[in-house]
Amino acid sequence: MSRLTDANIAIAYEIIGRYPRPKSALIPILHLAQEQDGYVAQDAMKHIAELVGVTPAEVFGTASFYEMFKFEPVGKYLLNICGTMSCALMGAEELMHHAEKRLGIKAGSTTPDGLITLEHAECQAACTEAPCLQVNYRYRFKMTPAELDTLIDDLAAGKLTDEIPAHGVLATVRQRIPAERGVGAVAPEKVNESPEWLDGKSAL
Amino acid sequence: MTSTYAHAPGFVAGDRPKIVTSRFEFSDSYTIERYLATNGYAGLRAALAQPATSVHDEVKNATVLGRGGAGFPAGTKWGLTPQEVWPRYLVVNGDESEPGTYKDRLLMERDPHQLIEGCLIACYAAGLSRCFLYIRGEMALAQERVATALNEAYAAGYVGKNILGSKFSVDIVLHWGAGAYVVGEETALIESLEGNRGMPRLKPPFFPAANGLYGQPTIVNNVETLANLPWLLCNGSEAYTAIGTKTSPGTRMVAVSGHVKRPGVFEIINGVTTFRDLLYGEEFCGGIRNDNQLKAFVPGGGSAPWFTPDQLDLPFEASQVGPAGSMLGSGAIMVMDHTTDIPAAALTLTRFYAHESCGKCTPCREGGTWLERILTRVVEGTGTDADLDQLIEVGSSICPGDFPHASNADLGLAAVPFPYKMTTICFVGPSAYAPVHSALTLFRSEFEARVTTRKRIPVTAVANSTTGHAS
Repeated sequence: MSRLTDANIAIAYEIIGRYPRPKSALIPILHLAQEQDGYVAQDAMKHIAELVGVTPAEVFGTASFYEMFKFEPVGKYLLNICGTMSCALMGAEELMHHAEKRLGIKAGSTTPDGLITLEHAECQAACTEAPCLQVNYRYRFKMTPAELDTLIDDLAAGKLTDEIPAHGVLATVRQRIPAERGVGAVAPEKVNESPEWLDGKSAL
Repeated sequence: MTSTYAHAPGFVAGDRPKIVTSRFEFSDSYTIERYLATNGYAGLRAALAQPATSVHDEVKNATVLGRGGAGFPAGTKWGLTPQEVWPRYLVVNGDESEPGTYKDRLLMERDPHQLIEGCLIACYAAGLSRCFLYIRGEMALAQERVATALNEAYAAGYVGKNILGSKFSVDIVLHWGAGAYVVGEETALIESLEGNRGMPRLKPPFFPAANGLYGQPTIVNNVETLANLPWLLCNGSEAYTAIGTKTSPGTRMVAVSGHVKRPGVFEIINGVTTFRDLLYGEEFCGGIRNDNQLKAFVPGGGSAPWFTPDQLDLPFEASQVGPAGSMLGSGAIMVMDHTTDIPAAALTLTRFYAHESCGKCTPCREGGTWLERILTRVVEGTGTDADLDQLIEVGSSICPGDFPHASNADLGLAAVPFPYKMTTICFVGPSAYAPVHSALTLFRSEFEARVTTRKRIPVTAVANSTTGHAS
């Protein structure tokens, strides 16, 4: 859809400034683009290429490796049901079948109203709370089919908008390094001395 | 002050030494107020009050083993950087995604300041001038908590320029991943941090300590490893080594999931606690669900060869678990009771690794996919007995030679010690084979019961039938 907005360009430059090499900012800025549009649009990737100083192909090359980046619009809510071992042992398959039946779609597709995209996910690091799932990367633990129904009802009724932002918004808190407190990033070739505190004495 | 686990489901406290989970009992454990009220940043002060080299020595003396999987001592790792090459970087591996594992997520969500303090101590001791804290993309809450904590810590003067008014200055940069298991491998993590596809680099020459981020010496440490440092600096290496055993000092976090009565994440005493304690102990999991029989368990994350009840009395000690045919890995145990469909369970792990292969090495890219496809048809009941041999053959092209497995008295099997040989750069390929190999070795009859056995027609009979002579 679109290039980054002025506000997001400012954030992008702030992020780029934290790395000794600008290309390191690629993934964080791709997240920013996805936050803006709900997916990573082609124009956004061209724009990111300009900001970071690489080719659009390089941006897509990196982005396409990572599962979280979507290159076409997905539902407002991305429902990821974990299916790896611990969840599988505790009934993940049943949960997935129930979700497919309830939503009337297969894993990997979006409901016709554009509300929910259902995906089969791999281990989400909540194995003792199996079976688990994530809605836009917010956890739901020890899910039963009945609880999944309630969750879907609540999402449809808009009851969870405070707790779960629309797809693309990952962390709602951004790191901010105050100019007067930050050390700043320097390209590695410009540093060839040992850090000041390695002088054999205590720092305090 | 509450003892509910509303914010940290999974974590189960106990009457044991707490090095990294001491604040988990507080519902506001992630705030700077709580952190400062509970001895927070005292380890940093203690570190800055001595020369960097003595902080490094303290960590070396404590033998803080890496908690990411390989178990390499952090102090030794810091010493592997080449002399007089600057700058050096710290990369924190918070890309936790090994099946069964979750401890780093809890440490980041519940006590982010402890991690930040650990990063600062590491940077000070090893002369690392910039820290990149890489958090797995799917962990939104951990990212929020760490971002908030960093903002607080910068404002309070604990991170950034002239920390606590000293000559020590370092930035900690929060970086999010975007969904790729292989990025948990340290060289892939560095590739990802450089803005590339997260594919592992060949070692040598790319040992991160010598040639890492931007070609500079780089220390990659796991979240839990660093979270140990504030306590260590406050209490000293003697107090640290007083817990656990000589070769595995301190504590470590272990997640036990699957068919147990009380699955949970526990901080256990390293080297001492046994698998039996964990699975059956009242303070831990309290036994198998419905008092069922234990069939098998994965002792160290999805990549680890499986154990059976024969190995229950092994302690959490790498020097004993390795020769027994597996590894401790990332501290994750997945338990299967006697109702478990073993081929289907193995498939869930093999599918994971096949899916997460980055595609760089052919044996993993092709072999992992083959293993998944063949195993799928076996599980679905459309496989043949030839498929079982094919699984072993495909696995042998990823891991030539004997593959580690546990001993089994009933089957008359002797253990093959860990590790294995491999034809791939990183462990994702062999990991796809580990569950297949363990399941097939220990529970072959379950596979045989599911496949169609095709009788081979003897060659003589074929010859006779083509010549038309009945025998």
